[in-house]
Amino acid sequence: MSRSGVRQAIAPLETRVVREHGNLILAAVLLFAAAILPFFYPQSSGFIDDCVTALAYVVMALGLNVVVGFAGLLDLGYVAFYAIGAYSIGWFGSSFFDKVNGAKGIHIGVSGVSANLPGFHLNFLLILVVAGILCAAAGALIGIPTLRLRGDYIAIVTLAFGEIIHVLAVNGDSLEIGGYHLTQGRQGITPIDRVDLPFTEPFTSLNLRPWFWTALALVAVVLFVNFRLRDSRLGRAWIALREDEVAAASMGVPLVRTKLLAYATGAAFGGMSGAFLASYQNTVNADQFEFAFSIFVLAMVILGGLGSIWGVVFGAIALSFINTNLIPDVLTPRAQDIFGQGFDLSELSFGIFGFLLVIMMVLRPQGLLPERRREVELTEGGVASDEALFEVQA
Amino acid sequence: MSDGNGSILEANEVSKAFGGLLAVSEVSFDIPERAIVSIIGPNGAGKTTFFNLLTGLYEPTSGKITFKNRDITGARPDRITKAGIARTFQNIRLFKTMSAIENVMVGEHSRMKAGLFGSVLRPPWVRKEEKAVREKARETLRYVGLRQEIDEQAAANLSYGDQRRVEVARALASDPALLLLDEPTAGMNPQESASLTSFMEKLRKERDLTILLIEHDMKVVMDVSDRITVLDHGEKIAEGEPTEIRENPRVVEAYLGKQG
Repeated sequence: MSRSGVRQAIAPLETRVVREHGNLILAAVLLFAAAILPFFYPQSSGFIDDCVTALAYVVMALGLNVVVGFAGLLDLGYVAFYAIGAYSIGWFGSSFFDKVNGAKGIHIGVSGVSANLPGFHLNFLLILVVAGILCAAAGALIGIPTLRLRGDYIAIVTLAFGEIIHVLAVNGDSLEIGGYHLTQGRQGITPIDRVDLPFTEPFTSLNLRPWFWTALALVAVVLFVNFRLRDSRLGRAWIALREDEVAAASMGVPLVRTKLLAYATGAAFGGMSGAFLASYQNTVNADQFEFAFSIFVLAMVILGGLGSIWGVVFGAIALSFINTNLIPDVLTPRAQDIFGQGFDLSELSFGIFGFLLVIMMVLRPQGLLPERRREVELTEGGVASDEALFEVQA
Repeated sequence: MSDGNGSILEANEVSKAFGGLLAVSEVSFDIPERAIVSIIGPNGAGKTTFFNLLTGLYEPTSGKITFKNRDITGARPDRITKAGIARTFQNIRLFKTMSAIENVMVGEHSRMKAGLFGSVLRPPWVRKEEKAVREKARETLRYVGLRQEIDEQAAANLSYGDQRRVEVARALASDPALLLLDEPTAGMNPQESASLTSFMEKLRKERDLTILLIEHDMKVVMDVSDRITVLDHGEKIAEGEPTEIRENPRVVEAYLGKQG
């Protein structure tokens, strides 16, 4: 066989391997590269700190991607799941319930300082499960009133839900149930148990590497779930109902169940990331759960490309670094040279994100790393009718 | 064949009102097993509304629908699909960004079992199911006469005729006992219509399918139908074999207007 013959013979095989395992290979390479990254920086460097936050945001953005990107249900209240996840650890991983068990506390799988503190202290892995379940339930709950709605109306209901949770968090301080307040409002619940995994010492704020690796592990799990769901019976059903609910229902896709599963899955990841972030920041404070945060996560998804898994990862990392690094550390000093010392560009950060989104919508509505489907939807002449475009926005 | 027990679907005085407008008015109707039955009527006669009632997209205002002796009145569309009724749409409603094969795989949704955790963990039985479904989708696409090259193409990029075929394949994927075709020859030339006619015969013979057809092309209707039901202003005005319908004065009137 000639050389070109051999190449022709293996070409289909090569593309098959790349097609079926391409994402797996890419994920392995990227995760490995990320895993060794902390060794090049000091244990408590600001860069690693920014990375931990960025990775937690990746988890949230990938969760929201299931709801908005896959199933096409615009969710403007995603912050609610951040809040519920954060309060899960606030309640079950701190001295918040200080009178349980005769003020001795209930401890499950915790070591170090927290093992002697009053209140509930569950192991972080258990808290992840609790946060996931609470948020999935809340996600399904918010899903129910939106089931008969479409497009913009879903957005309005979810927005209201996010606000309700925020207001509850702020005013929860005055809600007394059995001697405990629901939240500690703006004062915040603190300190929160640090992440405490089996076979490791509890994490500290002096060494950020374990935090980084934990966040990276969460990202790996969420990535895996995203890829698996996308290429599954459920993933196909989500895309089908995103494109045409009537046709999807007529082909045997149960709308209620399929939508609720999307909400619940997305919510669970928001909650897990929320619990992690609360532990990392050592506080659960009602001020963290503002509407703008929902938009922040949504912007990550849109910037990367709705439904595009790698795009969303990129969008989350990019926006997170713009928020924690570019704006306060790079742009603000420059702006202060011009406008004087009192000028703080961070206060305009949401204006900047909004501006970025507008630019994106004009220049590249399908996102920076668009999903193949969106490209078809937005670039094929016949498809991009007014209705189709409306659905993309909605 | 057409009396009582042999019918696969029965509609009993089914009505549908939209506000004050009675779109379908007390239509009684039955489809014998393995028959090809057509519904004809002028535009706006309530044909598609009737289809939507049968497939659960609308809930009847009154009346009863039974399928295989089971009451399906007002049941959810996905339940009705699972029970064995599949349909196509008047203006093609494929999932445009999905490939042809994915479209057909969605059609198999109600015959699959993988749920959330099954999809994520992908145990051997899910892998097997996924593979079998993909294989069956391929076969179905071949069965409706599509070449292998189109399998992975986005539905939006297919030609009009191919889109129609993919839609039929998607409907067949749910293993229906009753297939509802809403104006399948719209936009087809006479040769294509003729080949569709023979395809319907083939479906009945090879897959034991019962077919209910909404159609404007009278040649197709007369060639293929065992029985024809005529709707006008939401009411059934005639029913019978093609030759009877052709000569029925009320039908002629509905189509051409009253004489003199």
